[in-house]
Amino acid sequence: MDSFTPFSALAGGALIGLAASLLMLSLGRVAGISGMFASVLGGRSKASEGAGEGAEDRSYGYWFIGGLLVAGLLARLVTPSSLPTGAGSLLLATGAGLFVGAGTRLGSGCTSGHGVCGLSRFSRRSLVATLTFMGTGILTVLALRTLGALS
Amino acid sequence: MKPKIAALFAGLLFGVGLVVSGMTSPGKVTAFLDLFGHWDPSLAFVMIGAIGVHALLLRPILRQRRPLFATKFQVPQKTTIDARLVLGAGLFGVGWGLGGVCPGPGFVSAASGSGYALVFVAAMAAGVLIERRLLEPKT
Repeated sequence: MDSFTPFSALAGGALIGLAASLLMLSLGRVAGISGMFASVLGGRSKASEGAGEGAEDRSYGYWFIGGLLVAGLLARLVTPSSLPTGAGSLLLATGAGLFVGAGTRLGSGCTSGHGVCGLSRFSRRSLVATLTFMGTGILTVLALRTLGALS
Repeated sequence: MKPKIAALFAGLLFGVGLVVSGMTSPGKVTAFLDLFGHWDPSLAFVMIGAIGVHALLLRPILRQRRPLFATKFQVPQKTTIDARLVLGAGLFGVGWGLGGVCPGPGFVSAASGSGYALVFVAAMAAGVLIERRLLEPKT
């Protein structure tokens, strides 16, 4: 069902890198989506921990996530066939969301902030984070496979 | 207005990149993590494309005196590798492996009408608030 798609992966990845660069060029911000979400949820943001977060406008997170939502709407209109079909277990989605929400805050970043932006800056912190979440992700999928939850 | 349009456009471009790369499909993400099963290395190519472009553009961008629509560049300066970082990334990876969704694709897929992603995003909000309540150092 799922097969290796190196060209669309590279092309999509390049767009992601371009988008992160655009955010840095225009607003001087790292495209860390979990951090933006946390600041949207209010309270103290760790999104730019140590970067001298001051009174400067943090509303960019609303607009960036708004852009992600527009992309989802467009995808639905333009390429409905490319969208994930069939609902996975909602229990799994709930567990996954809880772990992702808490983990990304505790670890100050996710695939975008650590994986893309951090590694592009050759940050050792982000390298450690990326290797760690890929490692536990692989182990989790292995566990699901062992339990027979994957086909 | 310009900063808002810039952020919106960057988010849109990021989201289109996620759709084009196939990363909005949880099965494709899980297949990358399925190293001992039907491994699909596509996600590594997404990372290579993203990091390649961003690393290349970041240097000339950070040589500018300031961003176009803000007063200064805000790049994380922290370098300490501590238990919070490793534990947090570890927990995130567990959730990523369980659901095949990380925050960016979660938002894109939720907007495209996936109930699975909507539930994921709602649970992610709860996870953020729980962490804030229980694990953040009180100041």
